[in-house]
Amino acid sequence: MSLSTVGDTKNAENATENAKVALTVNGRVRQLELDPRTSLLDALREHLHLTGTKKGCDHGQCGACTVLINGRRINSCLTLAVMHADDEIVTIEGLGSPDALHPMQAAFVLRDGFQCGYCTPGQICSAIGMLAEAKAGWPSHATADVAAQTTALTDAEIRERMSGNICRCAAYPNIIAAIRDVAEGDRG
Amino acid sequence: MATMTGQPINRIDGPLKVSGKATYAYEHWDVGEPLYGFIVGATIGKGRIVQIDTTGAERSPGVRMVMTYRNAPAQGPRDASIPSQYSRAYPMLSGPDIHHYGEPVALVVATTYEQARAAASLVEVEYAVLSGHFDFAKRLDKAYAPKAVNAGLATDSAVGNFDTAFKSADVKIDQVYTTPYQFSQPMEPHCCLAVPNGDDLTVYVSAQILAEAHTAIASTLKIDPLRIRLVTPYVGGGFGSKLGIHGETILAALAARALKEPVKIAMTRQQIFHLVSVRPATSQRVRLGAGRDGRLVALGHDVTMFTSPISEYAEQSATSARGLYAAPNRLTRHRLTALDLPRGEDVRAPGEAPGLHAFESAMDELAHALNMDPIELRILNEPKVHPEEGIPFSDRRLVECMREGARRFGWERRPAKPASVRDGRWLVGYGMAAAIRGQFQMTSKAKVRMGPDGIAVVQSDMTDIGTGTYTIVAQVAADALGVPLDRVRVELGRSDYPAGAGSGGSWGASNTCTSVHRACMALREKLRIGKIPAEGMEAEGEIAAMSEEPNYKNYSIFTYGAHFAEVGVDVDTAEIRLRRMLGVFAAGRILNAKTARSQLIGGMTWGVSSALLEDGTVDARTGAFVNRDLAEYLVPVHADIPEIDAILLDGFDGKANELGAKGLGELGNCGANAAVANAVFNATGVRVRDFPITLDKVLPALPREV
Amino acid sequence: MRPFTYERAIDPEAAVAAVSKAGAKFISGGTNLLDLMKLEIERPIHLVDISRLPLKDIKEEPDGGMRIGAQATNSDVAADIRVRTRYPVLSQALLAGASGQLRNKASVGGNLLQRTRCPYFYDTAASCNKRDPSSGCAAIGGINRGHAILGASDACIATHPSDMAVAMVVLDAEIELLDADRATRRIAIGDFHRLPGTTPHIETALKTGEMITGVVLPAPPEGRQFYRKVRDRASYAFALVSVAVVVATERGTITSARVAFGGVAHKPWRAKEAEAALTGGTATMATYWAAAEAAMAGATGRGHNDFKIELAKRTLCRTLAHAAQEN
Ligand SMILES: Cc1cc2nc3c(=O)[nH]c(=O)nc-3n(C[C@H](O)[C@H](O)[C@H](O)COP(=O)(O)OP(=O)(O)OC[C@H]3O[C@@H](n4cnc5c(N)ncnc54)[C@H](O)[C@@H]3O)c2cc1C
Ligand code: SF4
Ligand code: FES
Ligand code: FES
Repeated sequence: MSLSTVGDTKNAENATENAKVALTVNGRVRQLELDPRTSLLDALREHLHLTGTKKGCDHGQCGACTVLINGRRINSCLTLAVMHADDEIVTIEGLGSPDALHPMQAAFVLRDGFQCGYCTPGQICSAIGMLAEAKAGWPSHATADVAAQTTALTDAEIRERMSGNICRCAAYPNIIAAIRDVAEGDRG
Repeated sequence: MATMTGQPINRIDGPLKVSGKATYAYEHWDVGEPLYGFIVGATIGKGRIVQIDTTGAERSPGVRMVMTYRNAPAQGPRDASIPSQYSRAYPMLSGPDIHHYGEPVALVVATTYEQARAAASLVEVEYAVLSGHFDFAKRLDKAYAPKAVNAGLATDSAVGNFDTAFKSADVKIDQVYTTPYQFSQPMEPHCCLAVPNGDDLTVYVSAQILAEAHTAIASTLKIDPLRIRLVTPYVGGGFGSKLGIHGETILAALAARALKEPVKIAMTRQQIFHLVSVRPATSQRVRLGAGRDGRLVALGHDVTMFTSPISEYAEQSATSARGLYAAPNRLTRHRLTALDLPRGEDVRAPGEAPGLHAFESAMDELAHALNMDPIELRILNEPKVHPEEGIPFSDRRLVECMREGARRFGWERRPAKPASVRDGRWLVGYGMAAAIRGQFQMTSKAKVRMGPDGIAVVQSDMTDIGTGTYTIVAQVAADALGVPLDRVRVELGRSDYPAGAGSGGSWGASNTCTSVHRACMALREKLRIGKIPAEGMEAEGEIAAMSEEPNYKNYSIFTYGAHFAEVGVDVDTAEIRLRRMLGVFAAGRILNAKTARSQLIGGMTWGVSSALLEDGTVDARTGAFVNRDLAEYLVPVHADIPEIDAILLDGFDGKANELGAKGLGELGNCGANAAVANAVFNATGVRVRDFPITLDKVLPALPREV
Repeated sequence: MRPFTYERAIDPEAAVAAVSKAGAKFISGGTNLLDLMKLEIERPIHLVDISRLPLKDIKEEPDGGMRIGAQATNSDVAADIRVRTRYPVLSQALLAGASGQLRNKASVGGNLLQRTRCPYFYDTAASCNKRDPSSGCAAIGGINRGHAILGASDACIATHPSDMAVAMVVLDAEIELLDADRATRRIAIGDFHRLPGTTPHIETALKTGEMITGVVLPAPPEGRQFYRKVRDRASYAFALVSVAVVVATERGTITSARVAFGGVAHKPWRAKEAEAALTGGTATMATYWAAAEAAMAGATGRGHNDFKIELAKRTLCRTLAHAAQEN
């Protein structure tokens, strides 16, 4: 077999220097030395081995990589890890564990809000971020009057607000039911 | 006594999945730090590599290896005589010829993902371009008849004299429908982690059927299957696209063996469009001839679809029409025309999804022509025995599904006249369609071991791709053994477990559970006569393939359903949105009412998607799928899917197996698209036969509001 | 993705100084730039992170207008109660774009500068004058369902994908810029984005090294504002056609009207001809249709996108009717 194997070569076209970055993930500070090109998603999955956050498209088109940064949901595939020193990053692993589930995680189990489970961590992080947005009075595309001070969180509102999370298994109605359970629990 | 089976219990793997602790193929960190592979794809649709320069990539930092056809290890050839395409070898980088756009031309392996991806773009390839055939519509006249179609079904079928009967029928429908290229696109990209250990290899693979993947990998690598172990505890969706393995698995295995280190590769979302399966585009002529009373006298379904010239694949799209309605004169045919595109493979509900889309639309057209209710038309043509094979149905209940669905959906409120109901700016319409899907039985084995602690461990190489296998197996085992659910542990997804049938063709649940049931019954028998030794007591269960089971010859064993959809079409813009949908299904005994409903809802959503959104567009100049990402190839998002519900008729099909259970993973996706399409017609009076029905196709026929 | 060095700018002046280096680029939310860098469509060698600059304020101006910092996120702008009540068209346009997650990252500056979604622009193997000047345009003669019907050229038929910018165009927004010499200037948004002409790779009036620091909205125009986006999927999809309108009526007569389209041209498209046809006319469908015909008088399709012409007309008429009726 004549497989060519090659090692690092200095001054080649793609040379990079690693950058030091401290990420605060799920309350813990993690020191990393990263290629600046590393997305936050790959830093979580490939460097911190927090594989609960999923890569579905790597281009902001599916929502599987959703995490919470300073309480806001974002797509971790379209941001660089080095941009997030000083931020509080919360991933699915930081919400609850199999025997101590977060209420949203428990609601997903109860309502069967998933099938293959691959989009699920993203759906759950997104749902938590979404409820906070709704609580803060943010309108959505489904809101008839954006100028109104408050908006009732109807199913149509939840659907529109959750549309950045694709589920190819199409557990959609069950996901909505799970989120509604949590939202109603919050209210009452 | 059965108490667990059928219960809507929560998935037992649920807590792991919702907390991010379920590990998919790319995520096994216990094997150490892997190297990362990145695939370089061809940028032409047909031709030959004349020059390939890898020096830039090789010099790029972190790169450990660049593999091309010039240095790729010899691999087993693809053997078309092996009946299942998924068991065949899948050689990669085996020569300079390019058969389709995106075909791998190199693999770059580096220490980090970023390094591998960057170096991949430095591989320079010069091609000699050959003119390829990429335009389906232009190659329809080159169609030929394959020897058989998918699942070994007959290419053609004929009963009576179709031509004469159709010619003299009182009322005729003769229309051509076209369906586009579609893609499974599970959320977990196709990926693989290959870990060498001396001559042995552990492959963490995202696959639906481990036994076939195992055979395919071993015969490609030309190594003893016993040296290869597959591990697949979780699969992030498959929908047919992981029935077989693909390039990333073979390339990861080749690289890992060459470098003697773990290597992992995930396809990018864009690559998946060219490197995994595509559902063939079809052109379908449906001819229905009926008397004025609505009784069918002639029924014809002719399907032409594309095939890859190097790997023939014929979806069984005209086969649904063989069993759905009675008619004395019948003709169904499948034809293929070769195009230089990625190979066709199964996509959820192969055959039924495109076939029923056309056929059940034509039935709606006939009902309209007869001025009959579409349900009444179907009931009138309900056959007593299988209309082509003459054998009895094991368990049908299609009429019951339609009646029950009509009642629950409020079908009587369906606008009798198309384009007659408005709700604000929306034109509102109702549509329905029937669902039919074959039940398959494959060989399947399972093992159960009871330890002295009273815990039963069930093992099978079966996979859980989101179907709920872990849960239903535990339910069936608990009942068979007469133990509580928490005494059962289910272990799946390892090639060293007994070979189950895998997750495909909707057969996973019924086949696996029947073999598990038999294993448990055998163990019970052993337990009755003996005491459990320290190492535990074990028993196996097994089922034979349907070809060995007389019931599958003597009865027509299928699953059925009826879909009901209400859509709104914007009077100004022709935007089409689903308003609500209901499916009623008869699939024998239900193993878990909760997970079964989820499967069906998922399938129905796929129907909505194929009716209104999914459309793989080929650039006929290059053979490339142009809309190859999830921003351009549209699948439904939350906002597209309002109320959808699925009702399961309580049943038991003892002819299928002793559990009475049949498959339903695809049933929801059979005919759902036609129900939506028929609703669009009812809403607008516009019949679009070129699927999907996007607004640009409806708009010209909608009158301007002035 | 090609390698780059990274730095975080501490203030706007430092940012413009840092970006003066050859091959340097600003990164803000990163939702468009990183998308393109992964595919090597963009290949900066140095990234200047401006996401933490103190340019996030959304403030009221003494003249009754508002100033939105370039680093305000799309979400923050859409949720701002002053924007929602005084510039609802802007809030609606933002909410119609992308997804909740993306809007939480996307900045106002980045949104204005996002690049086209033309699939051939995204395919480095295809010829594309915008990505690779003088290589040709694969969309002409190719798949062009999403492409421009107005203002296109034989060099490029791409569209500008922003929803937000369409609303800003009807609001007569001005863009505030800072250059490497610390000079500031303002430019009307209508003059900011360019038509493709023979140089589709030059997309805006932004000069090398210039940074967007904010967007200034004049006091809200009279009349009712409305944004309507038409797309294949109900959400999380780019516009086939979108329309932003501001219409004022008095006793059934249109006293003033502003109209802009998205998804139809290389820039957010202000339809002055339609505005002229509306102003002084009666608030009736006949007037709206006259305006629609005027707006689309110069429109041409390229095959797959022909339907957009009729779609744009109908969408405009309906949006005008909707806005005028509740005046
Ligand atoms: C899947 C998907 C769907 C989307 N759907 C929509 C949609 O429906 N409608 C819509 O409008 N948009 C949509 N978008 C686009 C989204 O709105 C843009 O990506 C976003 O607004 C860009 O902002 P950013 O801050 O992330 O920009 P960045 O990616 O950080 O930057 C974009 C460009 O702007 C430059 N830049 C950024 N800030 C400045 C500044 N202050 N001064 C000078 N230069 C600057 C950068 O150098 C870069 O060239 C979608 C995006 C994705 C990925
Ligand atoms: S339309 Fe413009 S962006 Fe698209 S291929 Fe042509 S030149 Fe490139
Ligand atoms: S992986 Fe980030 S949005 Fe798909
Ligand atoms: S659960 Fe499989 S994609 Fe959502």
